[in-house]
Amino acid sequence: MDALLEMKGITKRFGGLTAVDQVDLIVKKGEILGLIGPNGAGKTTFFNILTGIYRPDQGNIQFNGTDITGFKPYQIANQGIFRTFQNIRLLKDYSVLDNIKLGLFRQTKAGAWSSIFGLRRSREEEKKVAEESWALLERLGLTDLANEAAGNLSYGNQRRVEIARALVSHPEMILLDEPAAGMNSEEVESLSALVRQIRQQGTTVILIEHNVGMVVELCDRLVVLDHGVKIADGDPNQVVANPAVIEAYIGGQEVTEVVGD
Amino acid sequence: MEGWINPYYLDIIVFLFINIILGLGLNLITGYAGQVSLGHAAFYGIGAYSTAIFSVKIGLNPWLSILLAVIITFLLSAILGLPSLRVREDFLAITTLGLGLIAQSFFKNAKITGGAYGIDGIPMPSIFGHELTDVEYLLLVFIVLLVLIYVLHRLSRSKLGQAWTAIQEDEVVAQSMGINTLYYKVLAFAIGGAFAGVAGALFAHKVSFISSDTFGFTLSATLLSMVVIGGLGTIRGTLFGVSVLYLLPEVFRIFDIKIIDPNYIDTYKMILYGLLMVIMMRYRPKGVFGRKIRHQKRAVKD
Repeated sequence: MDALLEMKGITKRFGGLTAVDQVDLIVKKGEILGLIGPNGAGKTTFFNILTGIYRPDQGNIQFNGTDITGFKPYQIANQGIFRTFQNIRLLKDYSVLDNIKLGLFRQTKAGAWSSIFGLRRSREEEKKVAEESWALLERLGLTDLANEAAGNLSYGNQRRVEIARALVSHPEMILLDEPAAGMNSEEVESLSALVRQIRQQGTTVILIEHNVGMVVELCDRLVVLDHGVKIADGDPNQVVANPAVIEAYIGGQEVTEVVGD
Repeated sequence: MEGWINPYYLDIIVFLFINIILGLGLNLITGYAGQVSLGHAAFYGIGAYSTAIFSVKIGLNPWLSILLAVIITFLLSAILGLPSLRVREDFLAITTLGLGLIAQSFFKNAKITGGAYGIDGIPMPSIFGHELTDVEYLLLVFIVLLVLIYVLHRLSRSKLGQAWTAIQEDEVVAQSMGINTLYYKVLAFAIGGAFAGVAGALFAHKVSFISSDTFGFTLSATLLSMVVIGGLGTIRGTLFGVSVLYLLPEVFRIFDIKIIDPNYIDTYKMILYGLLMVIMMRYRPKGVFGRKIRHQKRAVKD
């Protein structure tokens, strides 16, 4: 079994609150993993640890054979882990194309001097970046919007652009934080298709999602967090049928009340 | 040619070009990389004093002095830019303001900078033993200006420009795209500071005497208002903003317009700049040539 990502005993405390508590997680290459849990379960904190925004208080993260514990966010990105954000973060005043090009930053090398002197290498690189960005826009059917300011796009399209930006450099792994939030069922379907495409290009996917129907149908495996603790890990259909998971979501007490009536 | 051009006009043009170079450097730091600086005059002073010290006190060739001054300004600007890694926006403005004041008081009190007397007798550079005339110096400054406009244009469209844009808009996104934000922020200060170093060196050899009064907060604030009024993040904006605001008071002087007392022209100047800032912030917050704020139509519809 080739584990792409191996997280061991990850713990993060904020003051007295343990947001993530001794979580172990192994993600295989080419997997689509769903990370679910009620609000405040520590899912986004977990993403922020994985992407280097927070440093874990305990635990160890191995990615692709490298120990990336304590790496800075830009170093993590350069290892090939890209992400989207729960509250879409595009450069809103810049065009869709400019936003996508930003995703290729780590692959360009031309520095100040070759840019100033307009050396061939830097011109070739510029051209390659433009071509690759355009090709991805074509694949996603977003070419009509290429020159539109990202902030003017519909919510669904902004999500797609953000995913495209994370995707364009063909990262090893992509983390999607609630990609289906605020989408209608049609948009959710096209999003699921997109995620499958991402996997086909060889990128491993972890997604946080509240839309249980979508994750069960889309993911190879589900992991459930509740109060920072991992309470389930396995086949999606089995996981959602797990009583502990149902209780975490619906809350034990309310269930009793309903039954009591 | 020297005979029929009023040397006073020549000087005004030289100082205008030097101010534009200063404005371009500040625009790089504040407009392109989004790091507010209220201490730009410090970099200007470092450039001016460095070349003065090398050429007068050490006796180096003026060209070599200018070159060394630019390198020194580049390095010191990087160091002075380090606070930008810790603080942002209004806090950064105050920090850079403080650094500017420290730099000025250093110029005024240190032995190496000639203390309150400043440094005198800064030589005019020469080519093959021929000392540059006023017109030739104007030409030199003009060529340097053109080169720096080109450099800034290329930089803004390079990988560096892309990194600066991302940092300005959203540092978290910049980092998640693999941009080492610390490195690129310091680089913005270093290059923008080096521009000011060039301006300072050209200024020192032009006036031959420098003292700390030139490199104070008033200049930093004036430059910032010029760049903001012209439009942050655009070269045209800096050319326009610096030219209009720098030449406006001179127009009153040259044409001897008597509406205002010329003795108080500097006071009126600051009032005018302040007023323009207020008006611009109200009606065109991105400056005359700044990029338009995107339409909110669709966002409302969603």
